[in-house]
Amino acid sequence: MADILNALAVFGNFVAVPGIAYGSQLALGALGITLIYAVLRFANFAHGDTMAFGTMAAILGTWGLQAAGIGLGPLPTALLALPLGIAATAGLVLLTDRYIYRYHRARRSTPVTFVILSIGVMFVLNGLVRFVIGPDDQRFADGERFIIRARDFEALTGLEEGLTIRTTQLLTLVVAVAVVAALFWFLRRTRTGKAMRAFSDNEDLALLSGVDPDRVVRVTWLIAAALATVAGVLYGLDKSFKPFTYFQLLLPMFAAAIVGGIGHPVGAIAGGFVIAFSELGLTYAYKRVAGYLLPEPWAPEGLMQLLGTDYKFAISFIILVVVLLVRPTGLFRGQVI
Amino acid sequence: MSFLSAEAMTGGYGGADILCGCALAVERGEIAVIVGPNGAGKSTAMKAVFGMLALREGRVTLDGDDITRLKPQERVARGMGFVPQTRNVFTGMTVEENLEMGAYLRDDDPAETMAQVFALFPVLAEKRGQRAGELSGGQRQQVAVGRALMTRPSLLMLDEPTAGVSPKVMDELFDRILEIRATGIAVLMVEQNARQALEIADRGYVLVQGTNRHTDTGAALLADPDVRRSFLGG
Repeated sequence: MADILNALAVFGNFVAVPGIAYGSQLALGALGITLIYAVLRFANFAHGDTMAFGTMAAILGTWGLQAAGIGLGPLPTALLALPLGIAATAGLVLLTDRYIYRYHRARRSTPVTFVILSIGVMFVLNGLVRFVIGPDDQRFADGERFIIRARDFEALTGLEEGLTIRTTQLLTLVVAVAVVAALFWFLRRTRTGKAMRAFSDNEDLALLSGVDPDRVVRVTWLIAAALATVAGVLYGLDKSFKPFTYFQLLLPMFAAAIVGGIGHPVGAIAGGFVIAFSELGLTYAYKRVAGYLLPEPWAPEGLMQLLGTDYKFAISFIILVVVLLVRPTGLFRGQVI
Repeated sequence: MSFLSAEAMTGGYGGADILCGCALAVERGEIAVIVGPNGAGKSTAMKAVFGMLALREGRVTLDGDDITRLKPQERVARGMGFVPQTRNVFTGMTVEENLEMGAYLRDDDPAETMAQVFALFPVLAEKRGQRAGELSGGQRQQVAVGRALMTRPSLLMLDEPTAGVSPKVMDELFDRILEIRATGIAVLMVEQNARQALEIADRGYVLVQGTNRHTDTGAALLADPDVRRSFLGG
């Protein structure tokens, strides 16, 4: 019995708990991508760098607050700086929309044109973020680091293996649940949210019903900016902030949106967790888990690791390709790209 | 002048004119039906009346006001309800949400109008929580008409409301349209099923190549041997 619990503790510590946190972060990122796709009908390649921009703004705000001696006690100061980050990102995406996308929307340019435009925006943001904050790793998490330390867990349960839960992991889950609940309430219950869904569902009929397309587009960008910033700050708190890492997050986020069915918000969340657990589950070395579960003579000699951690991006990519080949509408029947 | 009056409408989608001096009129509490062969410009005439096609010549008036230059959305606010032939419901939204979207421009409480729509189409009340995309063709058409009625229009425009539904459902839809007429709404519709549509029509327009070929009451057109031979199959 103790062996099974020990195995569970190891698994929880290295796969389940980090997977839930990472999955929540991917889900928030994928939600932004999926909403832009549902309303503006293009795949926004600048989303990863929008996240980086928002996180950067929040980090600058955090530093300012820290210098002024303002903090949240056990919680990271970055939470206080989050509204500032969201505001800055909202301003940025509205500017890019006003000066880059709007012209092509009026001309009814093809989706490919929008994708190329968003790649351009991506490169500019890429440079902008590095120019302001530098290309290096930034750690900005402060406050209480752990909710449960491995040693406390061992003392508490008497197990040999410890389970660590960091503050940022629980915070990620709580914030993600709150943000997703607010988003769904907005989409299902409010007039503007219904107008957004109607516009995404059938643009012509929405126009006939009197929906203002400019307003729908604006609100969509604002929500995407908020989601990107929240996702970016949570990821940065959980791990660290590095502009290049955020650019790389684009692939798992897109994979999550497409696995779930692009344009489908519930799908984006499910997709986020599918991708996160596939990455962690396939690159984790199960030697210690197996050591507890199997009788001693069967204990594995190797690491029992399916893929090296360097291959984690390949996992998102393979899932992406397989989904597009086998079920292009994704798990929740989104639109076909 | 009639409640809705379109005079000498001429225009097309950039190239050659599709409409050449087409004229239409409907009074409140009347049904006007546009029939004619394929490519006669029936749907185009509807679009022109609704402002989805820029006219080169001619004008459209509603209740005496010139609305020729208004955008479709502005015409909705003026009391015109339009049901397109295809893609006329929000498939991913529930029946109730579809109706709510119809009332999007209204500031007052649309609950009463929704109750009237449910009274007119009882099946929609049953399926109010179901997605419109999961309904049958006839039920979808009811959602589409219901959505347009939610603005409380004085003129309801239907582009082939019975396209792709069974004869039984078509009869039912026509019955409902008669009920809508009885509330004092002007109804303008394009119909593929010319004979049945003319039976309920107060006015009929036979359109050929964007021009009025015959204009009369529905009954008179049905009795006209020339119309029967050329457009109603004998």
